[in-house]
Order: sequence, then C-alpha cells, then structure tokens
Amino acid sequence: MATQHSRSAARIMMAPAVVLLLGWMLVPLTMTLYFSFKKYLPLRGGDLGWVGFDNYVRFVSSSAFWPSVQTTLVIVGGVLLITIILGVLLSILLDQPMWGQGIVRILVIAPFFVMPTVSALVWKNMFMDPVNGLFAHLWEAFGAQPVEWLSDASLLSIIIIVSWQWLPFATLILLTAIQSLDSEQLEAAEMDGAPPLARFGFIILPHLSRAITIVILIQTIFLLAIFAEIFVTTGGAFGTRTLTYLIFQRVLESQNVGLGSAGGVYAIILANIVAIFLMRIVGKNLDA
Amino acid sequence: MGQITLNQITKSFGDVQVIPPLDLQINDGEFVVFVGPSGCGKSTLLRLIAGLEDVSSGAIDIDGTDATEIPPAKRGLAMVFQSYALYPHMSVRKNIAFPLRMAGLDKAAQDAKVDAAAKVLNLTDYLDRRPGQLSGGQRQRVAIGRAIVREPAAFLFDEPLSNLDAALRVNMRLEISELHQSLKTTMIYVTHDQVEAMTMADKIVVLQAGVIEQVGSPLELYHTPRNRFVAGFIGSPKMNFFMGAFASEYNAATIGVRPEHLSVSHTDGKWSGKVGVSEHLGSDTFLYVEVDGVSEPVTVRSTGEVGFRHGDTVHLTPDPDKIHRFDNQGLRIQ
Ligand SMILES: Nc1ncnc2c1ncn2[C@@H]1O[C@H](COP(=O)(O)OP(=O)(O)OP(=O)(O)O)[C@@H](O)[C@H]1O
Ligand SMILES: [Mg+2]
Repeated sequence: MATQHSRSAARIMMAPAVVLLLGWMLVPLTMTLYFSFKKYLPLRGGDLGWVGFDNYVRFVSSSAFWPSVQTTLVIVGGVLLITIILGVLLSILLDQPMWGQGIVRILVIAPFFVMPTVSALVWKNMFMDPVNGLFAHLWEAFGAQPVEWLSDASLLSIIIIVSWQWLPFATLILLTAIQSLDSEQLEAAEMDGAPPLARFGFIILPHLSRAITIVILIQTIFLLAIFAEIFVTTGGAFGTRTLTYLIFQRVLESQNVGLGSAGGVYAIILANIVAIFLMRIVGKNLDA
Repeated sequence: MGQITLNQITKSFGDVQVIPPLDLQINDGEFVVFVGPSGCGKSTLLRLIAGLEDVSSGAIDIDGTDATEIPPAKRGLAMVFQSYALYPHMSVRKNIAFPLRMAGLDKAAQDAKVDAAAKVLNLTDYLDRRPGQLSGGQRQRVAIGRAIVREPAAFLFDEPLSNLDAALRVNMRLEISELHQSLKTTMIYVTHDQVEAMTMADKIVVLQAGVIEQVGSPLELYHTPRNRFVAGFIGSPKMNFFMGAFASEYNAATIGVRPEHLSVSHTDGKWSGKVGVSEHLGSDTFLYVEVDGVSEPVTVRSTGEVGFRHGDTVHLTPDPDKIHRFDNQGLRIQ
C-alpha cells in the first residue's frame, strides 16, 4: 500500500515538470509541423492555405540543400576530431603534476564561459582579420601573404572557432576520466614491459573510451545547431551555410515560414539519424 | 636466478625519510616475507625493489648486476598488486598475455604459455571473460598468471590477499605456497598479517618505521626474538609482558611469556589473578586474566575443556625455559 501511495504521490509531484517539459517540446514541434504543410509568407499575403508536401519537396530540391547538409557534417566532424584529439592530449598534460596546476586548469576551462557570439567576434576581428588580425601580423612577420581566413578558408575558420569553444568541455570530461584511472594499472603495465606509447594505447585510451563517447554524443547534439558563430563571421557565405543557417535564411531572409519549417523537420530527422548512428557505434562503450 | 641485494638503500619523500639506510640479502629461491605494522614502509621497500620508486641513495643488486638505474620492465621482476591491477577492458587471456605481447612473442607462443599458466591456476574456463566478471579469488589468480608467464627472476606480492575473505585467504595462501614449491622462484611477499608471514615464509623480515628489526626464519623469530617489538609482533595471541618486580626476579627490565607457555591452575602457581573474558575456540581456550601489577590482561592459552569462569581466582606459572628476558633498551638478554 505504502508503495502505491508513494508512487501516485511521486506522479503528482513530477507532473508539473513533465507537463512543462512536454509543452516546451511539443508546442514548437507541433507548430513546426503545422507550418511546414502551409504556404505562409508573412509579408507577402500571410497564410495562403494548405499545400501538402510542397514545402518538403521544394526544400530538398533547392540547390542549397545538399551542400548545407554536407557543410553541417563537415563542421560537426571536424570539430569533434579536433576537440577529442586535443582534449585527450591536454587532459593528459593537465594530469601531470606541474607548477601552477590550479591556475592552468581554470585558464583551460575559460573559453567555455565566453558567449559564442563574443568569441566568434573576437576571433574574426582580433585573430583572423586580414589587415589587423594577429594571424595577419604573424604571417607578415615571416614575410608571407596574410590569409583571408573568413573568405579563403571559411569552413576551416569556423571549425577552428567552434573547436576553441568546445575544447574545454572535452578536456574537462576527459581529465576527470583520466584522474579516475587506477595508477596501479599503469604501474602494472610498466612492469609488464609496456613503453609509454603502449601504455597510452592499451590502458589510457580504452579507459577513456566511455568519456570520449559521452563527449561525442553531447557535442554532436550542440554542434548540429551552431548558429551564432556563422552569423557573425561569414553570414553563411563562402560555403559555410549549414542546415540550421539555411533554415534561418528561408524563414527570416526570404520570409517563407512554411519552407523554413519543412527544413526544420528535415533537421530533426538528420539529428535523429546522426544520433541513432552514433548510439549504434558508441553505445556499446556505454554498457561495457 | 633471483638473488637480490639491497645495499644501504634509503628513501625519502620530500623531507621525510621513510626508509633509513637498510641492508638486506635475499637468496635465490627464497620466500621472503616483509611484515610490520601499517605505514612502516613495506610497500615502499617493495616498490623500490620493483623500480616503481627510485631510491634516494644506495644500490640494488639483482643477480650480481647493479639494477639501481634499470627501469622496472628490465629488472626481470613481476609484481602482483593489492588491487590486482588487471586491465578491465581485456579478457583474462589478453590480460595474461599482455607481458608476452609487449615482449613481442608471436601469437602461438603466447597462447601456449597462457594456456599452461591457466591450467596451473585453474583459470582455463574463464579465459574469455573480463576481469569484472570474476570473483575476487579468480582475479587474484589472473594477476598471478600475468606474473607467472613472464618467468621472472622474482615475484613481488604486495598484500595480495587482503581483499579476500578469511576462508579464501587460507586457500590462496596454500596455493601461493604450492606455487613457490613448484616454481622455486624467489618470492617477496608483503603482508601485515603475521599468520601469513609465519606460515609461508622461509625468511621473515620484520620492519618498524623503515628499520629492519630482525631477519630470520619463522621459528627463529618465534623462539629468539631480538627485541620486544619482534617478540610482541610475532606470535598469536601476542606475548605477555611483565615489568617491575615480576621482571627483576629474572634480572631483566621486562620479561615476556607467550600465552602457550603459561600453565593455569585453581590451586597454586607463581602469579595469581582473576579471570576476565574467556574465549572458547573448541581446540583452545584463551583466558584473559587480570593480574595485579600488570597493566594489560595476561593472555593464557589453555586446552579446550577448562572449567574457568568469569571472576574465578586462578594461579599462573610460566614455563621457566620459555621466558624471554629484555633489558631496559628492549633488547633480548641471552
Ligand atoms: N608517495 C608518497 N609520498 C609521501 N609519503 C609517502 C608516499 N608513499 C608512502 N609514503 C609514506 O611512507 C610511509 C610508508 O608507506 P608504505 O606504503 O610503504 O607503508 P606500508 O608498510 O606498506 O603500510 P600498509 O601496511 O598500510 O600498506 C608512510 O608513512 C607513508 O605515509
Ligand atoms: Mg602497503
């Protein structure tokens, strides 16, 4: 009896949160679905009625669609690759006893607290500006022609900026994972004749696999939606138009809410495909 | 071969000297046990021999060559850790084969050696499991297997049984002893359990605060402890110590009598006291007797069927040949 009581009490207590969360998710989702089947042009006549799958067909058949999917995947993949490789190296470095460890750790985490818009602007104006940027000065110091980062290497620039923001997150998670490694395992491996590189490959990396999985999953979810970094740097030009950005342009620049909503539904599908794909590959690591 | 000589080695962590200059000779094929209270430096000493810690000064010789600067992997020693330190993501087979793989052995040779070790250790059925799917005793055996396949000059064990329950501990103790009989390899074994020390060792090294108090065979330590510390540490239950008038009768500052060397009687004896707690183990009975002038209760080991009750007045008589005499430095008087 007691358990039944407490169970229904628990349901009542949880209800507000569940309702709020459901509303939070369901309302926008339903509205997106609703508009995606309409021709809705706010400045050019408003609601022009149902059009079935017209918007879906038009969104995919637009010449900008596939390149935007590709751009999205390249950015996500590039950032994941950079943050995980550098994150593993940095976390190993930070795990070594060294002078000023506390300060260094705080400094490493700092970029995570900078707003995406701000950090993108700082990178754009202070580092990547072809005239006044630090990189330009550096290139000139070596007598080279400064690179026009945001137009000539636009995708790479965005990947660098976003990686800089997400590296602290990866490092932090990987560092805590490394700290939980039993030092006797490393000592045992050392006695078993494993040189440092083998110890890294056979002991440290497998130990980190779970943490790496988590970093990949969480980052992917957030990286699929990056927007501010593109908005303030290239504005979607020079091949940096991601799916998110394309939707933004459809809705706000061309004022076509229906078409944008159809794009939103595609984005949801893409995110789910990626998520299922990732879960399949890395999910094994989680239950080991 | 597995002869290890420690020459005036010391170890300091920062300003704290954990091991003052220490000499020790370990002969080939010996089973040497380091015992001592917690924090006395047993693990540190073992890690120095293994090479996992660097000595602050002094030299370590293994089989006649100076090994002080040789890295752990090249010393030809294998270590079994207290936490077992198995590699959790590898199967038992891969765990045991790891040192062979690192040594660059081909697959067939690896498998042959792993299978042989698994047979010795009764692990054949578990080779494909992960360490997480094994019991404590099985994990312990995997750790030993990983050490055996390397065919080391000596095995180093750091309290390998302390995570096991009492029954399993007795079993594993026998297994390790048997392993030593069959391999005849030098083994150095750290424990703070003096029963393990007494039962397994050819040679016991008693440590206190990094200093070797005595080195000798279990019976040597039992019969002729060099000082009060060793006398109190070796033997279970502990030796009883008497001071003051009790001791001066024997021209000593302190005398020690083991519980098994006291006879107890209702009627007459040398010292008298009141029975406190008595523990009946079936085979033996341990009586804790309050004797005036002795601060701690005197432990007496008696036969299983004695009729003493709480509060009875009893008389104790020591076996005169088995009294240990110590001077006021705590050293044994011959
Ligand atoms: N890395 C270290 N840094 C500083 N002090 C240390 C370090 N390792 C050990 N010590 C000190 O050295 C002393 C001996 O430690 P050790 O681990 O050898 O004890 P032990 O005899 O193995 O004890 P136990 O039976 O509890 O395992 C202890 O006082 C300990 O605090
Ligand atoms: Mg220890």
